[in-house]
Amino acid sequence: MTPELAMVALLIIPALAALLIPFAGKYPNVREGITVTAGLALLATVIYLLIFVGQSEANRPEYFLTKFAGSFELKLKLEPLGMIFAAVASSLWLVNTVFTIGYMRGNNEKNQTRFYTCVAIAISAVMGIASAGNLITLFVFYEILTISTFPLVTHKGDAAAKKGGRIYLLILMATSLGLLLPAIIGTHVLAGTTDFQVGGVFPPGFSLTAAGILLFLFAFGIGKAALMPVHPWLPNAMVAPTPVSALLHAVAVVKAGVFTMLKVVIYIFGPELAGQTHASTILCWIAAISIVLASVIALRKDNLKARLAYSTISQLAYITFGAMLAAPAALMGGALQIVMHAWGKITLFMCAGAIYTAAHRTNISALNGLGRTMPWVFGAFLIGSLSIIGLPPMGGAWPKYFLMIGTLESGKQVLLAALLISSILNVAYLVPVAIRGFLLPPDDAKADAKIAGHLKDYRFVRFAPVIAAIGAFILFFAVGPLVDYLAPILPVTMRGGF
Amino acid sequence: MDLLSYTPAWISTHGPALLVVLPLMMAVLTAILPSRAAIGGKLAWLAVLATSGICLAVAVSMLLQVMAHGPIDYAMGGWAPPFGIAYRVDALNAPILVLISAVAVLCTLYALPSVDAEVEPKKRAAFYAAFLVSFAGLLGMVITADAFNVFVFLEVSSISTYVLVAMGASRDRRALTSSFNYLVMGSIGATFFVIGIGFLYMQTGTLNMMDMARILQDGGVDSKVTKLAFAFILVGLGLKLAMFPLHTWLPGAYSYAPSFFTAFMAATATKAALYLMLRFSFMVFDPSWAFIGKAVMILVAALGLLGMMAASLQAMFQNDLRRVLAFSSIAQVSYMLLGIGMATTLGLSAGYLHMLNHAIIKGGLFIAAGAFWYRFGITQVCDMRGLGKTMPWTMAGFTVLGISLIGVPGTVGFVSKLALVQAAALHGWWWAIGAIVLTSIMAIIYVGRLIEQAYFQDPPKKGAVTVSKNEAPLMMLIPLWIFAISAIVFGINAEWTTSLAAAAAELLSGGPDTIVPHMGGH
Repeated sequence: MTPELAMVALLIIPALAALLIPFAGKYPNVREGITVTAGLALLATVIYLLIFVGQSEANRPEYFLTKFAGSFELKLKLEPLGMIFAAVASSLWLVNTVFTIGYMRGNNEKNQTRFYTCVAIAISAVMGIASAGNLITLFVFYEILTISTFPLVTHKGDAAAKKGGRIYLLILMATSLGLLLPAIIGTHVLAGTTDFQVGGVFPPGFSLTAAGILLFLFAFGIGKAALMPVHPWLPNAMVAPTPVSALLHAVAVVKAGVFTMLKVVIYIFGPELAGQTHASTILCWIAAISIVLASVIALRKDNLKARLAYSTISQLAYITFGAMLAAPAALMGGALQIVMHAWGKITLFMCAGAIYTAAHRTNISALNGLGRTMPWVFGAFLIGSLSIIGLPPMGGAWPKYFLMIGTLESGKQVLLAALLISSILNVAYLVPVAIRGFLLPPDDAKADAKIAGHLKDYRFVRFAPVIAAIGAFILFFAVGPLVDYLAPILPVTMRGGF
Repeated sequence: MDLLSYTPAWISTHGPALLVVLPLMMAVLTAILPSRAAIGGKLAWLAVLATSGICLAVAVSMLLQVMAHGPIDYAMGGWAPPFGIAYRVDALNAPILVLISAVAVLCTLYALPSVDAEVEPKKRAAFYAAFLVSFAGLLGMVITADAFNVFVFLEVSSISTYVLVAMGASRDRRALTSSFNYLVMGSIGATFFVIGIGFLYMQTGTLNMMDMARILQDGGVDSKVTKLAFAFILVGLGLKLAMFPLHTWLPGAYSYAPSFFTAFMAATATKAALYLMLRFSFMVFDPSWAFIGKAVMILVAALGLLGMMAASLQAMFQNDLRRVLAFSSIAQVSYMLLGIGMATTLGLSAGYLHMLNHAIIKGGLFIAAGAFWYRFGITQVCDMRGLGKTMPWTMAGFTVLGISLIGVPGTVGFVSKLALVQAAALHGWWWAIGAIVLTSIMAIIYVGRLIEQAYFQDPPKKGAVTVSKNEAPLMMLIPLWIFAISAIVFGINAEWTTSLAAAAAELLSGGPDTIVPHMGGH
């Protein structure tokens, strides 16, 4: 298999699964078999490409798809950042599938065939975003991702789901059509290309004002990154079943957003140009405010999924923050956060889903003592929490560390405070969940005993978060290779520290 | 595969005449076919299908000829231009001829079940005959190079259109007032147009477009008569193509005409008028003249902008499904006007591309709307609830075309909107980008409203029983899905349509063609 072929296979494998799943609608085991097989095939392809791209800086497979509307091209090209994103999405798709099977069957959800089909389409779109060779291609897949996840958000079909879905679609579509597309066209016209290039595409001496305006359009046009004030779609999307929240709204969709943000700063503006604009300083502040504010809101939410949603907004803003600092360590921190946060947050969401499936509880105040009944799930939750907070020896510690160095490198020491405050807030809103579960006495011991009796029916949902938690732990030790792998995304002049 | 080698040689010599004469002759034959219920309607339908099929084949082969060897000229009756009537097929009108005949074929397929339900048996033969006249008129006004002949065909197509719209009366009596409204407005438009032609004739003493262009170039640029002629022609055509604020006839006509004819009209009629506007503004007059240039830039672009905004806004608040689509049509025509108003090659190309793409989208959407009526008598948006369950395939096709109308990537709507945005950016019209974006968001709302009704509401109940699944007949689904699939195919691989639009735009920005071809009779 040539790397070019493998790259196209990234898109084809999930798309093929999406085509086959509807035909297996009557046989749930065959249907889920297709998803798992596709997941394994995709992961194998990703690993092959991951190794190939990592071998040398000359290994950047390219594939030209088509040309349309005059001078716009659709093409794919791989580079380390996209590879890492593809690896995160494909590996977590597999883990999440295990969880999904348990959740969907445990809760007797309707329309499961439509559900699995849409998830497969969404993963195909994510692969397209990860391997896009220019902004137009990325935009096309970005929109496909929005559309394909809409039926997932509104899966329940009731009034709340409809309202949530409407806000979801309207914000994501309005920002992308209203701000992102003009930014892309502006780039295309001003720079003559939207191809991703190390060090950026704008010619030297490019107007800082124009670059600043474009940066603003990008920062708010990429609605999936949920930078305040375009974040309200994310809490609203929590009406979706938990597997969707776990895979898409903690991993695929939001990471597609921040991935695009990093990609734009690194490969379109180039860190040097982005760092010189005033806009980036202002956006740094907005991101810092987002980090703290979203953490404060999370603290006040009693619904577990809502708390996790605001925590996601806060953690995503870390990546935007890193991108806008545009210092080498900050960018590296942002890139690492994509990986680390994905594993940490999916653990937490899966735990929330496991608790809902087994105990039908959604509010944190109702979790007292439940940890004694479900020790593995609450244990996984604790590990995931520690990773999100950024405590060693969890993977989540590294991005926070790099980001702090980045603030110092770029001379914005004041903003270090935002990171520190947020870490404290993270502790305050995440740790009590596990503490309630383990240390407080149960409110209703009889109910808990009944739950314990049925636990063995829900093996899959309890198994998946444990795997994810283990992943979050192992990643702490994998940081060296990851940093080496990601170093080529920076311009040569900035690689000193790595 | 070289398609060109399959086209017979006579196409390049006699194809242009055949394209117009055949439907006209067949219209007469169709009209005298026996009208007895059992076979009358079927026979007439077959005649229409055969005619439009042959026209499509001829139009496609002429397009291939034009792309390979340049324009085809034809002197009607052997009278050499500029004295006789000349036909000319070039890069600008060949794609439109293909478009009109292709839409005619697809709509005719759809007509079999639809006309059976909407038109009384004894009127069917006459109905089909009127359709063929309208079809011939559209082809004629696009193919001819003689300014007065344009007027003749414009009236041929218009008058038959009034009749066809009025035929919707057996379904909804409001068709009669709509038709009358259209008749009055359309006649005013045609009168303006013919007055404009009269002034041009006064100035140049010729009716052949190329000859007119030559004489105007030689002198008479600053003549008041020329300016007046342009003003009259612009207004006359503006009425026909539903340029804001001359669009008021359109929603009624689209909503109450028989659904088969609405689909055909929505996909072709405004496009033919728009083509004429392009032909006159760029190939007879010349936008490099101050007066014409200003009119095109300021008037057409400004009205396009206003039309986009106003019509999109109105589309959001309509209760009748076909009125939503009709107002959206006005908005889409305004996009094309905006592209034309830029008067740059890219802008023209984007406007032209949107014209082709929009025909695909709107033709399919009106077919689906007709299918909803056919099965459940649905005309109102609020009645669309549950259609995702009761007519899944029809609704899926509708959804594909609907998101294409919004301009979602992977569909034709995105391709042409992207081209338009790029053209605006390169022309420095950043405000136009804002307008395009804003109206796209409005489109999300007015299309989303329809799709939401269909998928998120349960089907209505008849008594205690929920209405069961009742898919549209195959003859409706086939044309619908051909439209829907083309919307995706040309949305992903747009090279062919883009190259057609680019060729047309190049011809337009090359300025008037002033060489009258010398040819004898055939």
